[in-house]
Amino acid sequence: MRAGRLAGSRNALTSALLLLPAAVLLWVFTYQPIVTTVIDSFFSTARGRRPSVFIGSTHYETMVADPVFWKALVNNAIYAFTTIPISMALALAMALFVSGKLRGRGIVRMAYFTPTVLPMVAVANIWLFFYTPDYGLVDQLLRHFGGGGANWLGSKETALGALIVITIWKEAGFFMIFYLAALQQISPTLMEAAALEGASPWQRFRRVTLPLLMPTTLFVSINAVIGAFRLVDHVIAMTRGGPDNATVLLLFYVYQVGFGYWDTGYAAALTVVLLAMLALIALFQFGYADKRVHYR
Amino acid sequence: MSVERTSPFSTALVTAGAWGLAILWILPLAYAIWTAFHPAIYAARLDLLAPWTLENFSRAWNAAPFARYFLNTFMLVSLILVCQFVICTMAAYAFVCFPFRGSNLLFMAVLLQLMIMPEVLLVENYRTLSRLGLLDTILGMGLPYLASAFGIFLFRQTFKSVPKELEEAARLEGAGPIQVLLRVFIPVAKPTYIAYGLVTVSYHWNNFLWPLIVTNSVETRPITVGLQVFSTVEQGVDWSLVTAATILSVAPLLLAFLLFQRQFVQSFLRAGIR
Repeated sequence: MRAGRLAGSRNALTSALLLLPAAVLLWVFTYQPIVTTVIDSFFSTARGRRPSVFIGSTHYETMVADPVFWKALVNNAIYAFTTIPISMALALAMALFVSGKLRGRGIVRMAYFTPTVLPMVAVANIWLFFYTPDYGLVDQLLRHFGGGGANWLGSKETALGALIVITIWKEAGFFMIFYLAALQQISPTLMEAAALEGASPWQRFRRVTLPLLMPTTLFVSINAVIGAFRLVDHVIAMTRGGPDNATVLLLFYVYQVGFGYWDTGYAAALTVVLLAMLALIALFQFGYADKRVHYR
Repeated sequence: MSVERTSPFSTALVTAGAWGLAILWILPLAYAIWTAFHPAIYAARLDLLAPWTLENFSRAWNAAPFARYFLNTFMLVSLILVCQFVICTMAAYAFVCFPFRGSNLLFMAVLLQLMIMPEVLLVENYRTLSRLGLLDTILGMGLPYLASAFGIFLFRQTFKSVPKELEEAARLEGAGPIQVLLRVFIPVAKPTYIAYGLVTVSYHWNNFLWPLIVTNSVETRPITVGLQVFSTVEQGVDWSLVTAATILSVAPLLLAFLLFQRQFVQSFLRAGIR
């Protein structure tokens, strides 16, 4: 009987062996840390001789009263809701530009895509120089129009906007690729049919192209939202969250609390909020988005 | 009877828009490159007749151990690439060819890592690494990324498209599971491997936050962290030097991209479409 069962579960055995390395690594660096993050968020940070003790929801109470946390949350929302729509609209425009007949199409496409292959730290360094008051590129250009002289990264009003600009510059070309792929899949017959019906180019775009691009738009926006919570390299390289916390994003705050102040308990509680955000996005994707846009 | 009515005017408008945006998009990088190749006094003012120089590069190269940083990045990226290929291939093969009760559920669980990348859990992962004694090592820097949900997902999709007949023909010839994988599945999936490889190389060549936390010495720092350490010291002092260092550090990937532009774009496309 045992032998029979073994034969029946040979698939399972082979599978188990093949899956073992991936399973161990995913457990150690993704699942287990999720669990311990949640547990740690209810314990105090061990300091010196004082061990970590259970403190209930104290970290969460601190968080609710912590203005920097709220600032990070609001900043992250502003950051996501500006970078994502703008870079996606630009990406769509770029894709439409290079998918049609255009002189020097290859060069134009390369120009759009190049910022994507640069590391965010390098992008940050280049733009730090551009944003330098008075003699940076931005001020040099603005001087021609009578502007300039602003300390883009140094003042509370403009610092987050300055980061938003470089994010759009870096991401738009990446999103373009997905739209480009989707545009290639749209059958020309559909367009011709619409044209025969007397639809203007704008109507064709609005009624045919845009709806057909809906799955791509959702796919890209979900990835963009995850990116908005995950990428803080430019905050570290350019502003360190300043001035006056004007550019603190959630993950940067986790980094600052965890590795600047070494308050790992509080950092865990902040991470839980970050995880909750990402979980919400996941639920949206699996529950809502997949049902609504997959019509094939 | 053609219905297409594209007037010369609208064509010109589209061309102007496309090129205007392209120039705007390439301008920052072009200007940074221009600065890096000119003497420091021209960093503040654009003068097209300014003399060209390589001095900024030689100064940057001598000011920090960039060669070592490149070597570290190269080792990190190679480690991740090879391990991801092996580990993700094995997992994807299991999901496609040896399904068991609950394997679909397990696959869904794997996909969670698409949302929650290891760097989001940096505090806990740092602790794990410190317990393993792998802080400030290249292995430690790569370890959390060696099993990639994205890789497993992508290879699974490709393996699923392999015709059953091919697989069975190989079996009838007496090939075992490993030979079937090596002789049937991997050759078919070659374009996926190239695509995934390019995406993962660019991702880890550019990765910053996790390496920043884990590394603490010249012997392990990848180029991104090395550049940051270098420019934090130099910031605001000498822009030509910082820009030269920046261009230097992005040069390998940028050149590779410019040379193999088509493959890059195709790869990102392939990896992006599900």
